[in-house]
Amino acid sequence: MSSDTSAHSQSQGIAPSKPPFWRNPRVHALFYQVVLLIGVFVFFGYIFHNTVVNLENQGITTGFGFLDQEAGFGIIQSLIAYTPASTYARTFAVGLLNTVLVSVVGIFLATIVGLIVGLARLSKNWLISRLAAVYIETFRNIPLLLQILFWYFAVLQALPSPRQSFSLGEVAFLNIRGIYLPEPVFESGFGVVFAAIALAVVIVAALAKWAHRRRMQTGQSFHTVWTSLAVLIALPGLAFAVMGAPLGWSLPSLQGFNFTGGITVIPELAALVIALTIYTASSIAEIVRSGILSVSHGQTEAASSLGLSTGKITRLVVLPQAMRVVIPPLTSQYLNLMKNSSLATAIGYPDLVNVFAGTTLNQTGQAVVIIAMTMSVYLTISLLISFFMNWYNRRSAFVEQ
Amino acid sequence: MHEFEKHPDLPPPTSQMGVVGWLRKNLFSSIPNSIMTVIALYLLYLTIPAMVEWALINADWVGSSREACSSDGACWVFIYARINQFLYGFYPVEEQWRVNLGAAIFVVSLLLLVIRGVPGKAWIGGFTLLIFPVIAFFLFSGGIFGLEKISTSNWGGLMLTLILSTVGIVAALPFGILLALGRRSDMPIVRALCVSYIELWRGVPLITVLFMASVMLPLFLPSGVNFDKLLRALVGIALFQSAYVAEVVRGGLQAIAKGQSEAAASLGLNYRKTMALIVLPQALKVVIPGLVVTFIELFKDTTLVSIISLFDLLGIVQSALTDPSWLGFAIEGYVFAGLLYWVFCFGMSRYSMHLERRFETGHKGS
Repeated sequence: MSSDTSAHSQSQGIAPSKPPFWRNPRVHALFYQVVLLIGVFVFFGYIFHNTVVNLENQGITTGFGFLDQEAGFGIIQSLIAYTPASTYARTFAVGLLNTVLVSVVGIFLATIVGLIVGLARLSKNWLISRLAAVYIETFRNIPLLLQILFWYFAVLQALPSPRQSFSLGEVAFLNIRGIYLPEPVFESGFGVVFAAIALAVVIVAALAKWAHRRRMQTGQSFHTVWTSLAVLIALPGLAFAVMGAPLGWSLPSLQGFNFTGGITVIPELAALVIALTIYTASSIAEIVRSGILSVSHGQTEAASSLGLSTGKITRLVVLPQAMRVVIPPLTSQYLNLMKNSSLATAIGYPDLVNVFAGTTLNQTGQAVVIIAMTMSVYLTISLLISFFMNWYNRRSAFVEQ
Repeated sequence: MHEFEKHPDLPPPTSQMGVVGWLRKNLFSSIPNSIMTVIALYLLYLTIPAMVEWALINADWVGSSREACSSDGACWVFIYARINQFLYGFYPVEEQWRVNLGAAIFVVSLLLLVIRGVPGKAWIGGFTLLIFPVIAFFLFSGGIFGLEKISTSNWGGLMLTLILSTVGIVAALPFGILLALGRRSDMPIVRALCVSYIELWRGVPLITVLFMASVMLPLFLPSGVNFDKLLRALVGIALFQSAYVAEVVRGGLQAIAKGQSEAAASLGLNYRKTMALIVLPQALKVVIPGLVVTFIELFKDTTLVSIISLFDLLGIVQSALTDPSWLGFAIEGYVFAGLLYWVFCFGMSRYSMHLERRFETGHKGS
């Protein structure tokens, strides 16, 4: 098209008149960008100058030096060894790990609940689909912070004291101090079971690869799912039996006024996970629903006219196509959950924002460094996950003819 | 010859029509379905009557102190006693007509905007976006025209929630549009700056932005300049929200066919005119439903300001729950606040869906 017109004007022998340089769009673009860049530099320079002056007036020397100082405060839940004598760098690590813990557990549970509710929403059963709709519309339209506070203050803080705990078959207990669960204790010889599990996973991966290649070459299918399941259960089970069941349980038991033994899930963590799961699941359910609805009915019909069974239609035709629609919004929900876990600070769960941007900031006054570090942690995780997802998206994108 | 006579059609079998037919089709079509129906009905039987009993039948409705709450149902007396605070915060009672007047003007102009067929929508829109905020600011804070000055630290409750969310979106809109245009610009430096801005704010949680606004903003300004906590929170919200608005607007810009701007260019319009007269009017119409969704998110997110101790609706309910003379009514408080939030959010999301259907003109993108 453009080459046509230029050829045309050339054949007429009329060269287009050159605009004066101040009307040249490229000069304009350069001018605007230079002005913008200068503006941005001046703005940041001004802010930087003010900050330095203000910090000087307050007598705060900014920098990373404070990270080596002793923190001097306790944290109610820590995945790594931590005492009040640890450094501020350590509080950063503890907070980060607690954020990661809540995010991973939340993402896992929200995906499961969201998938179930999303499928229920599509159910042919009128009652089930209505109930799923009520769930989605209720929890999606109430602020997450309110839900977190509700679970923490109205539900978990209203539980009885340790002496009157609710018990589940005398192995798990629920009271105002948290949830007490039995803890597995690995005795000597359990390493063999772990090895068996690892071996089973390797075998299953090889099996899947082999089955896929065979199907591509010969068209014959193989019961990968059932065989894998059998391998995954049988191999570790066999090892477990041979080694003489090397697994014990540490049960929580009431000693005086509190429970000892077992795993304790503090109520802050429980409230946060419950609220994040319920809230995010309502969005995930909608994503799952729209993903499945986006696969046109003709696909299902074509598959069944080729003689595929219902299960195979879902697994081989509908789901792979639905996944393409589901993955991008699902990623952003995962990122939202990770970012929303920072609301932990409202109920005192020791996540990154609470222990680092909260307590540590108040004790040291290092506002600039601490807020910048906290923000960059979230930013880094967000960017990493979106890069990974973009890569996955490109890989699984529909190849159009 | 025998004449064949047409019999009248038989009615469909009773199992296929009416209530029985509906039940068979929708609730008991197969054995697993029937089992699920029965389980669901049983769960409903367990929860619904208990909830109705707690919230309505056994509830206490009248009274003025916690002694009125003697039954084991909900104590709505608590809400009733506190309702003024929940709606207006610590705004003096005799001055609350100012808030009501502002709200009334806002509701009327919104209604005029929403109802179809009202002439002069551009003017009404301009009034709501540009003039009304100024009027509302002077009306609420006072200090001129003989109105008593009321500090923003007295603003609270539902009033503050609405102010935060509307001011947040109105302030974010123009900036968000500029960012969206910048992100689609041909100039590499402009594009890079806009992309970094958008990704930076979208990558961090709002709570860290609010912390930043309340702790770091005073450091950024020349010493001696100090402004209000509410304004700091608003700056944080507007910066944060503009990135989200930008992404929504970008979606709208992408949906406008390239032919539109090419046609504008061939008519000799420059970039500014092409955008202002051709592309943006179409793009903004497409993104209105998306903007409403963004607004709902912001409306829910304003609850976070209670963490930096501003008393929005949730903040003030939360503080009322710790009042020693009303301890133990947390569920009532949260249910009330939740219901208010739900009504707003659900209403707006329905409206956004309605708009989406109405704007469906069938030539999206190309």
